[in-house]
Amino acid sequence: MSMINGIAASNGIAIAKAYHLAVPDLSFDKTTVANAEEEISRLDAALEISKKELEKIRENARVSLGDEHAEIFSAHLLVLADPELINPVKDNVRNNNINAEAALDETATMFIDMFRSMDNEYMKERAADIQDVTKRVMAHLLQVSFPDPALIDEEVIIIAEDLTPSDTAQLNKQFVKGFTTDIGGRTSHSAIMARSLEIPAVVGTKSITSSAANDVMIIVDGIEGTVIIDPTEDELATYRAKQEAFEQQKQEWAKLKNEPTITTDGVHVELVANIGTPEDVIGVQNNGGEGVGLYRTEFLYMGKSELPSEDEQFESYKAVLENMGDKPVVVRTLDIGGDKELSYLQLPKEMNPFLGYRAIRLCLERDDIFRVQLRALLRASVYGNLKIMFPMIATLEEFRQAKAILLEEKDKLVADGVSVSDSIEIGIMVEIPSTAVAAKQFAKEVDFFSVGTNDLIQYTMAADRMNERVSYLYQPYHPAILNLVHNVIEAAHAEGKWAGMCGEMAGDAIAIPLLLGLGLDEFSMSATSILPARTQITKLSKAEMQELSQEALTLSTADEVEQLVRQRTGQ
Amino acid sequence: MAEKTMTITDETGVHARPATILVNKAGGFKSDIQLAYNGKSVNLKSIMGVMSLGIPQGAEITISAEGDDAEEAVNTIAETIKSEGLGE
Repeated sequence: MSMINGIAASNGIAIAKAYHLAVPDLSFDKTTVANAEEEISRLDAALEISKKELEKIRENARVSLGDEHAEIFSAHLLVLADPELINPVKDNVRNNNINAEAALDETATMFIDMFRSMDNEYMKERAADIQDVTKRVMAHLLQVSFPDPALIDEEVIIIAEDLTPSDTAQLNKQFVKGFTTDIGGRTSHSAIMARSLEIPAVVGTKSITSSAANDVMIIVDGIEGTVIIDPTEDELATYRAKQEAFEQQKQEWAKLKNEPTITTDGVHVELVANIGTPEDVIGVQNNGGEGVGLYRTEFLYMGKSELPSEDEQFESYKAVLENMGDKPVVVRTLDIGGDKELSYLQLPKEMNPFLGYRAIRLCLERDDIFRVQLRALLRASVYGNLKIMFPMIATLEEFRQAKAILLEEKDKLVADGVSVSDSIEIGIMVEIPSTAVAAKQFAKEVDFFSVGTNDLIQYTMAADRMNERVSYLYQPYHPAILNLVHNVIEAAHAEGKWAGMCGEMAGDAIAIPLLLGLGLDEFSMSATSILPARTQITKLSKAEMQELSQEALTLSTADEVEQLVRQRTGQ
Repeated sequence: MAEKTMTITDETGVHARPATILVNKAGGFKSDIQLAYNGKSVNLKSIMGVMSLGIPQGAEITISAEGDDAEEAVNTIAETIKSEGLGE
């Protein structure tokens, strides 16, 4: 046996035979043909069968993934029927008596190169669409079998360099137990699909295609992010047990999917999810999220060559709000700078980017960018239960200024006859110690707080969380952090406002009892953490956790706090 | 021959989704239909042709058609551009 590490993209354990979704050999020789018309009929036949396949793929995608994911195949079908692609190919065959493969390759390559050379990311991606389509036609011309995941009829784990949209659209959960790829990350297309299909996946292994032979037994551990090739009997037994345990746990969690999160003494808290894209809403729903506690809007701005337009943003916000129905959706306005750069804004390099020009600081100066986002949000507000949150607020003036800009844009829209919701709550992230300390003053003006623990911890402890040499200072359970969180919650409640948390800490099994005891109203975490957290909270008593947390506030070190929680909650 | 000039008002210009709609519409006519922008003219029945123009917001475009149903073709395409909120 051997073990390969990758990125855990979708949790669960899969055990099955490896199935290589190999890229077919599409090499060919350029030849002269005697009968050009016969050659053209051969091309027409290849186009026709490709068209039928794509129509079927589009239909499958519609059923398994929804209209939005299926839409791409409508464009693929148009490429297949494009006269600017097909006519030159046929003319080339007729005029030069060359084989259809050579003619198709010539014209397709011309188009692919043309789209690739455009200086617009969106257009560049279209080159991949043309490639996906022409490869299919080429395979039929050459009569080599094109990988067709829809034909798989026994339990397998798919192994591939990467999976294209047309590959993933065809995966049948009944037979495809999991997949693993050489490239990709947690947010790559294939990883997102794996999570929406809920099949275990490990991506970015770098070498799985060269390490695992076809038909060999493999184990994909989507919890740890590892792949085991040709496991021993002992390992098989271990992983079968792990699989069993995971399934059982999943069933236990699933029972709570549509249940509220209520403590043993009858207190309700809200468990919501952090998301980055409209597609992530599927995960929120599948995991019983009671809303979205943090919608990171940065992804709309990243991986692009220019700022996203108001309409583009509006569509994304609207999609999330509509899909969440009347459940709350907290949208964080643009948080860029620090470790998140945008090449097209050409921000100057800074000595201390985390202490520099970022988030609300940037938005207040570049209000041209900020206003576009706020208008898109305001326009989308009528489609659901929107709450707007400003990041990196250090002073009340910043909050007042941001709120004034928001209200200005709202007035303009209303004057133009655009409908805007009247019940949008406006709150802030608490990431900067000054804000946590002065929470009492803030609470009079904001509608809610959401504690961003990742940054709050690094600013409080003065330790860069990217720097491994000081990573020991990243201590969520440190009494200093707990006291700050306590102060924020008390301040909010004194003014009748609510307090949430949207950092990693909100889904942490040691932190949850403490936060519950401190009175946190809303816990926002990765969607997959929601059901485990709900399971934990429904077994805790808030009154007991209050005692626990009061005691924790007086302890001296993070270790002491952790030990106390473990002791009292039996973890 | 029929012809019409319009201005694209959609903020994202003519991207994949609207291009797919226009090409599908154009495919329903017998006439040759051309789309011109910035001195370059492409076949409006070609998705790759239309996309390769990279038409942005504010662009002035000309739709022209030649054939039996030219008039109807140009009018229908122009109507589609308006009703999809693409331009005016």
